Amino acid sequence: MLRGDVQPTPFFVTGDPMILASDVLIALTLVGIVAALTYFKKWKWLWREWLTTVDHKKIGIMYLIAALLMMFRGGVDAELMRTQLALPNGRLLQPEHYDQIFTTHGTVMILFMAMPFIFAMMNIAVPLQIGARDVAFPYLNAISFWMFFFGAMLLNLSFVIGGSPDAGWVSYPPLSETPFSPGPGENFYLLALQTSGIGSIATGINFLVTIFKMRAPGMTLMRMPLFVWSIIGTSVLIIFAFPALTVALALILFDRLMGAHFFTILQGGVPMMYINLFWIWGHPEVYIVILPAFGIFSEVVSTFSKKRTFGYSSMVASIMAISVISYLVWAHHFFTMGAGPGVNAFFAIASMCVGIPTGVKVFNWLFTMYQGRIRLTTAMMWAIGFIPNFAIGGATGIMLAAAPADYQYHNSYFLIAHFHQVLIGGVVYGMLAGMYYWWPKMFGFILDDRLGKAAFWLFNIGFYVCFLPQYQLGFMGMTRRIYTYPAGMGWTTLNLISTIGAYIMGIGFVFIVLDVLYSAWRGERDVTGDPWDARTLEWSLPSPAPHYNFAKIPVITARDAWWVAKQENHGKLNEPDEPIAPIHMPKNSGVPFLFALAFFVGGFGLVWEWYWLAALGLAGVLLCLVTRSWDYNTDYYVPVEEIEHTEMALRRSPT
Amino acid sequence: MTIAHETVLRQSHEEPHSLEYSTSGGRLKILGFWMFLATDLVLFGCLFATYLVVRTHAATGPTEGQLFDVPTFTAETLILLTSSFTCGLGTREMRRGSRGGAVSLLIITVLLGLSFVGLEVNEFVKYTSSGANVQTSAFLSAFFVLVGTHGCHVSMGILWMTSILLQLMVKGISQVTAPKVFVVGLYWHFLDVVWVYIYTVVYLMGVIK
Ligand code: HEM
Ligand SMILES: [Cu+2]
Repeated sequence: MLRGDVQPTPFFVTGDPMILASDVLIALTLVGIVAALTYFKKWKWLWREWLTTVDHKKIGIMYLIAALLMMFRGGVDAELMRTQLALPNGRLLQPEHYDQIFTTHGTVMILFMAMPFIFAMMNIAVPLQIGARDVAFPYLNAISFWMFFFGAMLLNLSFVIGGSPDAGWVSYPPLSETPFSPGPGENFYLLALQTSGIGSIATGINFLVTIFKMRAPGMTLMRMPLFVWSIIGTSVLIIFAFPALTVALALILFDRLMGAHFFTILQGGVPMMYINLFWIWGHPEVYIVILPAFGIFSEVVSTFSKKRTFGYSSMVASIMAISVISYLVWAHHFFTMGAGPGVNAFFAIASMCVGIPTGVKVFNWLFTMYQGRIRLTTAMMWAIGFIPNFAIGGATGIMLAAAPADYQYHNSYFLIAHFHQVLIGGVVYGMLAGMYYWWPKMFGFILDDRLGKAAFWLFNIGFYVCFLPQYQLGFMGMTRRIYTYPAGMGWTTLNLISTIGAYIMGIGFVFIVLDVLYSAWRGERDVTGDPWDARTLEWSLPSPAPHYNFAKIPVITARDAWWVAKQENHGKLNEPDEPIAPIHMPKNSGVPFLFALAFFVGGFGLVWEWYWLAALGLAGVLLCLVTRSWDYNTDYYVPVEEIEHTEMALRRSPT
Repeated sequence: MTIAHETVLRQSHEEPHSLEYSTSGGRLKILGFWMFLATDLVLFGCLFATYLVVRTHAATGPTEGQLFDVPTFTAETLILLTSSFTCGLGTREMRRGSRGGAVSLLIITVLLGLSFVGLEVNEFVKYTSSGANVQTSAFLSAFFVLVGTHGCHVSMGILWMTSILLQLMVKGISQVTAPKVFVVGLYWHFLDVVWVYIYTVVYLMGVIK
């Protein structure tokens, strides 16, 4: 809808009573947090232990908390949409509000839930699994986190200040151009993604260097845990895909702020170019988030089957094959754009090819379980639940990839069901499996299994109830992004069922939160450091691991090094026969936080086209860069006594 | 980080390196920087692709042939290529341990960079004052953004190189400063390579009928 009658945008969003209510809630929460921090005198602690940390384990925990919060926010969006659609002629949300909600839902879930969740898992596990003391660039790692964090804040701010974006999570022009989306909402989207995108690129580089250069001696590439391999795939994809998003967003921003004509219809602009650039990032992006989930399933399945992963080398090969192929399929998101039969055929066939390595992986997980001694822990439940999900998601993906058929499915609820099947059934299940699996390593206690399983079953059942009807709705002609529908289309029953499923999933999420709270209070403590009798290096360390991870770097002689040590060497890793030496570690720094804050300020300035503020932000960014460049005092040595003391306290004799 | 970690692990069975590779921190930084350059290359790749798609979409504005001025872009090219050469010599002086040599070559590089940016700003001003700006046509939007992004990179490089050469003057050549000099050099050469493509794809293809 064209909103030509441009009114000056109010700074605070006040019109909608629901938004007003959340404004009040947000304000109260903020006041509450500030009051609590002040009352318990925790400001210093917050700054010293968290805001300035460069420790990958703490950064991982912050990513995790942020991801869960964003899952809540995106989840509320989802429940609102499902409530609206439960019955015909729903009037809970105004059309504009519905548009905003489906936009923020998609954006939040992919960029600010899935991405930080995978970053959480890789930060927590990768350095420990390869026997390193931190990532290659701990300071840059902190920058990545804060860029993500302030990007997420910028997007969420739009909800109360200026108004949310409403051109869809893909933000196609010309809809997202100024004439059709006036006001700051779209700018919030562009700048928030830009900010967090910089952080993601840095993370990709950081982990690739970490994995290539920081492995313990003897840990050859083919001895690495499969999760680490999956992070290689993800990092490579990030490095080659994210710059395309950067460009796509920047060019729209030029159109909007400077009146350029990249994607306008006037003056020779080509909107289709945006769609290409977006999906050159967008399709690899879905594999950026699914590969770590694959990696987690490999770890979980092999641990809880007490077997080494079946077909290790074929797993590695398929990860790499997926990384390459997923870069060659982007046009399957717009077969209907009319690129012609040659192009469509190429991309259709390439898309179907992705199914092959994925199938290899699924069979390898099944064969790993075959004849294994399976323990049905919560993490394992999520892993097993994933397999049928992905079978369905893969099959519907292949259906969509058949270009002529896609003319029928495209932008229908069939498509919605497909990508939720893979993104929830694959990525979210994977991340939750990883969260339950590594939770003891992060926090030193185990999440309660009974509550965890209740959460799993609620979520899993709710998931099928919610999304299976949507496949059928798609066949029946229901298109995506409609804010309501009339009675008499024959869609009512299925929509109602779908909404009930969404509520059941919501209850499942509440159970996960309950599980965390309950277990923090009375959960079983992990005193051994190896609660699952697992196989990889991180479980050789106490839970939580000391900040330097390994007092001595072990020498690796086999795959599943910790399992081998337990079988053959009474649970002792091969450590060099030397006394403990001082450990070289990076110092904490507040600059990454300030650096990202400067981006936030600058971004906020651009959103409102207050160029003085944008310039201020830029100056802050440059100042932080110079400060760091001139800082020659960035690391220190942990003295031997401190290491010995810590190791003693953790009840491991430092021989 | 973790020099200790590295020495424990890899001992000294590696080849003797030039100074910038002599610490594990330096080696990590250089590898990481190569990867950053890969991302930057993709970024420019996307801008080039966009440019190629719209380069004939001049709408009511001037076309490439009417706009570009051979002497100007030839001068820009020569200056930038020379600066890459002086920058490479600077790295060589740094490796030989000559602080004075390295600093003066970097200063020359920065000055050449400044004159390049000056010429480019001049070129942009000329176009815009003749009414050809980002708002005129898709072609001009893509031109200004592609060439301008490169120009911003060069400006950033000037600031960065200035900071590094000041550090060289204050702190001397060391295991800490050597990787910095090397990395800013890599960046500079990379921008040169990108310019070669701009020179070919934008300017040469633009003026050749
Ligand atoms: C065998 C594997 C897969 C194939 C062949 C496949 C194929 C497709 C096709 C052809 C479309 C576009 C349909 C249309 O717009 O009409 C699509 C959409 C989508 N797929 Fe997949 N897919 C696969 C796996 C995945 C995975 C693993 C994920 C995520 C983890 C994923 C996420 C998505 C998303 C998010 C969309 C829709 C985005 C949007 O339009 O908003 N897909 N898929
Ligand atoms: Cu795709």
